[in-house]
Amino acid sequence: MSETTIERAAKATPPSVARKIRGLSDRAIAWIFVGPSIFLLLAINIFPLIWTINLSFTNFRANRPNREVEYIGLRNYERILTDSDIWLTMQATAHFLFWTIALQVVIGFTLAYLINKKFKGNDLWTTIIVLPMMLSPAVVGNFWTFLYQPQIGLFNYIVSFFTGLEPSSFEMIGSVALAPWAIVIVDTWMWTPFVMLICLAGLRSIPDYIYEAAEIDRASKWRQFWTITVPMVLPFLMLAVLFRGIENFKMFDLVVQLTGGGPGSVTELTSINLKREAFEKWRTGYASAYAIILFVTVFGLASIYVKALNKVKER
Amino acid sequence: MKTVKLMAATALTGVIGLTGAVGLPATAAQAEDLTLCWAAWDPANALVELSKQFEEESGHTMNFEFIPWPNFADRMLNELNSGGQLCDLLIGDSQWIGGGAENGHYVRLNDFFDAEGISMDDFAPATVYAYSTWPKGSENFYALPAMGDANGWFYRRDWFERDDIRAAYLAETGQELREPQSQRELLQIAQFFQEREIDGQTRYGAAIFTERGSEGITMGATGALYAWGFQYESEPGSYDMVGVVNGPNAVEALEFYKELYETATPPGYTDSYMGESLDAFKSGQVAMAMNWFAFFPGLYADPEIGGDTIDFFVNPPQEVAASTLGGQGISVVAYSDKQDAALEYIAWFAQPDIQAQWWELGGYSAHNSVLNDPGFVDSAPFAGDFLEAMGGVQDFWQEPAYAELLLAMQKRLHDYVVADQGTAQEALDLLVEDWTEIFEDEGLL
Repeated sequence: MSETTIERAAKATPPSVARKIRGLSDRAIAWIFVGPSIFLLLAINIFPLIWTINLSFTNFRANRPNREVEYIGLRNYERILTDSDIWLTMQATAHFLFWTIALQVVIGFTLAYLINKKFKGNDLWTTIIVLPMMLSPAVVGNFWTFLYQPQIGLFNYIVSFFTGLEPSSFEMIGSVALAPWAIVIVDTWMWTPFVMLICLAGLRSIPDYIYEAAEIDRASKWRQFWTITVPMVLPFLMLAVLFRGIENFKMFDLVVQLTGGGPGSVTELTSINLKREAFEKWRTGYASAYAIILFVTVFGLASIYVKALNKVKER
Repeated sequence: MKTVKLMAATALTGVIGLTGAVGLPATAAQAEDLTLCWAAWDPANALVELSKQFEEESGHTMNFEFIPWPNFADRMLNELNSGGQLCDLLIGDSQWIGGGAENGHYVRLNDFFDAEGISMDDFAPATVYAYSTWPKGSENFYALPAMGDANGWFYRRDWFERDDIRAAYLAETGQELREPQSQRELLQIAQFFQEREIDGQTRYGAAIFTERGSEGITMGATGALYAWGFQYESEPGSYDMVGVVNGPNAVEALEFYKELYETATPPGYTDSYMGESLDAFKSGQVAMAMNWFAFFPGLYADPEIGGDTIDFFVNPPQEVAASTLGGQGISVVAYSDKQDAALEYIAWFAQPDIQAQWWELGGYSAHNSVLNDPGFVDSAPFAGDFLEAMGGVQDFWQEPAYAELLLAMQKRLHDYVVADQGTAQEALDLLVEDWTEIFEDEGLL
């Protein structure tokens, strides 16, 4: 009779090691394996989090190591929550978050639905569509600034072609009204393929026999779409929304390259604002409180959302 | 045994110290690899060239870390704040001097200057005050003036001299087209050129600073604010800003800068600083542009738009003659373990003949022997303007909290000038609030 892998491993274990292990309980062995990971988690994630919470109650500044650090209670939190500029930043982030997710879900699902149909060149089109998400956000930000350039930018000329407007008569990046949309357009261009891929996975996971049964029951295509396709793709779609929501809540690089938060502060998202407070103004205590507020917001929203996602999955 | 080892080490140290004391030249003792940090721009290339002579004379090797301007402050201040040893020498912005001194980033140079016979009286007083001293007005020196600079203007001389353009200007304004003698005249000329067809192309008035991220719009707008007599506080050191920072003159100046931006700059000019200003001018988009004097040698030497095509003028006055200060001093970084060699470089750099070469290569010396030389004014078409500008320069806050103060001003100015939010009065009122809060946090109010 051939030996099992476990038996072979047991035989290969040197007697001295085997003796030591024999004296350990299963729980102890489990701790030996899990311990390093837990230690790393504590060192890299939990300790900085606790330290940040601690700093958030102080007036600490990382660029003033010699200055006395004072505990100032909830003053940082109070300042942040009563600062109208921070609320404007939150509004800018909410606008960006809502519209990027809405557009990416609609366009991404539509593209996935079309790509899922069998036609010639299907693979080639899939590859072309996913190209933008393979690019670096810094590169995308940089070349879209050229595309948006009012005098020579291709974007303005395309809009001009369709609308008859003078190309240099509007500034996507420089206008207070258009700049928030400029960043939404670029993020949608870049990340719609990601949503499309997730939706495509959902669409391809629907067994054909369900549609065949629906056909036999003489269900219309419209009915099949709303009663089979949408409910079965919904968990995938919700997952895509979760990923994009978390990613866009901390959006930094693309927007910094595109607008730098301007004009004025209309595209200054929370992450850009936080970076300015922490590493340009060096208000470390204040920035820590800011980070904790953002963390609690994202964590809270994500937890509620995950619960909803699980309910949808259970249906 | 431990005691014996300690005694031996002490003896050895003493012997080494004695060897140094009897005058072994540093070069023979130890040739160091020095790193000098600065911004990446034309004068930095000139300094590389100049420093070759130091390498030959001293035996030390010079390395250079040049950071693009938009990231320069961020990168270098992070380096200093973290006690980094990347830089032995740093040519840091004038506004960093307060933080550099108070946070212990820069080595205090008084004893070294005394020992080497370097006198600050040999340098232009405005540059010593701005680049070297902290607290202001004291005799504590933390840098040697390395690169004098101010914000000036350049223009298309060929267009200004064309008969058809001059006639059109006269017809439109009733005045002769000339180098602007006031801020208002500057605006008038810029508006005249705005969207004007010249040689079959649409041209624009002026390229000005509007950048949001680092210091751009502050450096540009202060050119107008200072010309209207802007002050940061009612009395130096009082931090009393109400009615001064947001006084009627400041409001008028800021409204002027907004009008200049809205009516006389190229489309899409919403986030522009040095590079964009140079690009706009070199591509023939604009008739005039503001920029630092540091770029003027390169512009004058440019085969396309230099020579007879270009000319220069100092920031025009309005209520007073004043320019925004640029430029930097050279400091020894306190975290460097090669401070002796770094000081050697400063001593070498301070020599009058080296300062003369520095000017010849394209650097702006602040040494009196260069500036007061009878031939200096005629040595370059912008030399006279440079001297005039340096006679009336004004700088931003140099407090340790300068970065916060600057970012607050960047936000308020950009919100008003570019994003068209609120009025000039509101923008400056908010700025006073921001600055007051910062000084309160600093314990100064």
